[in-house]
Amino acid sequence: MTDPILSLRDLSVTFDIRPRGAWPWTKSLTLHAVSEMSFDLKPGECLGVVGESGSGKSTLARAIVGTVPSTSGQINFEGANLADMTPRQRRIHRRDVQMIFQDPLAALNPRMTVGEIIAEPLVTHEPGLGRADRKARVQEMMKRVGLLPNLINRYPHEFSGGQCQRIGIARALILRPKLLICDEPVSALDVSVQAQVVNLLRELQRDMGLSMIFIAHDLSVVKHISDRIVVMYLGRQMETASAEVITTRPEHPYTQALIASVPIPDPELERKRPRATLDGELPSPISPPSGCVFRTRCPKARPSCAEAVPPMIQTAPGHRVACPYHEAEDLLAASA
Amino acid sequence: MLLNIDNLRVTFDTPDGEVNAVNGVSFQLDQRETLAIVGESGSGKSQTAFAMMGLLARNGKASGQVNFDGTDLLKLSPRQLNKVRSDQIGMIFQDPMTSLNPYIRISDQMAEVLTLHKGMSKKDALRDSIRMLDAVKIPDAANRIRSYPHEFSGGMRQRIMIAMSLLCRPRLLIADEPTTALDVTVQAQIMQLLADIRDDFGTAIILITHDLGVVAGFCDRTLVLYGGQIMEDGPTDPTFADPTHPYTRGLLRAVPRLDRTDDELLTIAGEPPDMSRLPQGCPFSARCDYVRNVCPNIPPELRTFDGNRRRACHVSREEVTA
Repeated sequence: MTDPILSLRDLSVTFDIRPRGAWPWTKSLTLHAVSEMSFDLKPGECLGVVGESGSGKSTLARAIVGTVPSTSGQINFEGANLADMTPRQRRIHRRDVQMIFQDPLAALNPRMTVGEIIAEPLVTHEPGLGRADRKARVQEMMKRVGLLPNLINRYPHEFSGGQCQRIGIARALILRPKLLICDEPVSALDVSVQAQVVNLLRELQRDMGLSMIFIAHDLSVVKHISDRIVVMYLGRQMETASAEVITTRPEHPYTQALIASVPIPDPELERKRPRATLDGELPSPISPPSGCVFRTRCPKARPSCAEAVPPMIQTAPGHRVACPYHEAEDLLAASA
Repeated sequence: MLLNIDNLRVTFDTPDGEVNAVNGVSFQLDQRETLAIVGESGSGKSQTAFAMMGLLARNGKASGQVNFDGTDLLKLSPRQLNKVRSDQIGMIFQDPMTSLNPYIRISDQMAEVLTLHKGMSKKDALRDSIRMLDAVKIPDAANRIRSYPHEFSGGMRQRIMIAMSLLCRPRLLIADEPTTALDVTVQAQIMQLLADIRDDFGTAIILITHDLGVVAGFCDRTLVLYGGQIMEDGPTDPTFADPTHPYTRGLLRAVPRLDRTDDELLTIAGEPPDMSRLPQGCPFSARCDYVRNVCPNIPPELRTFDGNRRRACHVSREEVTA
């Protein structure tokens, strides 16, 4: 077995929140954004991270990139722990791990041309490169992501949302990173354009041997692009399995509720599918429920769920579930 | 027939010239019917609704006819229109926070609707408002009605908007992307609520959305817009099972489905059209796989087939569905 390129061990990220107008001596509150996350990412693999707003998926992405410090636990990238890296190693880490963002236009500097935007990482990380070489690399990259190289002197506002996302992808890939983190890369795009960008990412991932973490709230898109999926709720990992298993044989009650909620564009199937909607609301991450964080909305909750955080149990090779009462259920097929 | 829209056009006067957002849209809606208007950004789906409700931006102009129960809404004075908007037609928007006044308690915002339009006393209005919040399943409505909008979550705010729009028991509810800003589990709750309301109150609903999955589970009829024109329209089941317009087909294939494992998503090449430079003919011609010489030049006619379905395409149905 090959060594993982990235491995997380009990990663937690918390933020100190000071209520507005608080006295200087009042204790600040702790917001638990990510709690005890552990997973491995193999080279060339695409790992999907799914969760609703407030599940901590974006914080997780930022912690891996290194823009948010972790509170405890380890982020090992190619065997080195992010927290122990020397400035020189950090520089290499920043080159090898790149990110693309949700709002494609907001992620691009409106006063820079497309060429300057895509070349910027090169200027920082490969300062030895000549002007002509740099331009050639940028144009080659533009062609690669489906942008016409003669648009190099245009500004971001002259492009559509889908094209701006292609610019973001070109900027992220120009340094030939090893790991690409995509934070909701297609949720701001129209369906027809979304499919183009998803296909492009898949193709680039295969051709360049990229490892990828694909974060999104849309389970259908994540399933389509990922080899494996991690389901998060309120900062914690609920279930991990291959994309196929997560969607057809989910075992955690939260994953099951999530899948039952995703509408499928097939009227006949939609009418026959089991409808089990979740009640209630996401609890506050400042005071998460004791024990299992999902127990306040879980249809299977029992008194014992409040006592301790359920450990991840392996139920099949590659399938781990944080629920002692797990039970596989197919929620896509029409019920009789 | 509750609503009859005939040849609706919406144009905007902009510094870059005239933008044609809606170009001759005609459709009808029956009592208790649920219609989906589906389209991508810039397809004119929201502007169609805004034009009906007299909510266009100041540089916008609507022409054609919007007959609601026999009156042409486009010819009404603002005063008369206000009456219709309160009593007969309710509307909910994508972002509930921008539709609620952040400075005013929910109780006052809701009661105002009833005191103003129904002439109720403050006390009765409050009682009815609480009852309506109960109906949309806001827990502890009697106490929480005194809260301000920011004290509610996104899903709860959308429930409040729905309750507010139903206060005068409208016959038609227009929902403009009501669940787009919400998480899927909350979306499922809100769609369930809208379905209950349709069944309990008998309200006709126009659902404007880009999400074909939401349409599939909810709407009787589906109308597909592109470039401000109707591409295809018909009962939801046959339209999804056997789409006859190249755009509808492309759209349905481009959506990743949870219940399928396709290696590659089929895409629609190119980008959505520039509304200030639409072709003379079919707006989809620039991206269409079946494009002919006539397509960019002569607009296809919206023809009826199979009794209650319509399609606007120069290419024959047999060729597209083959």
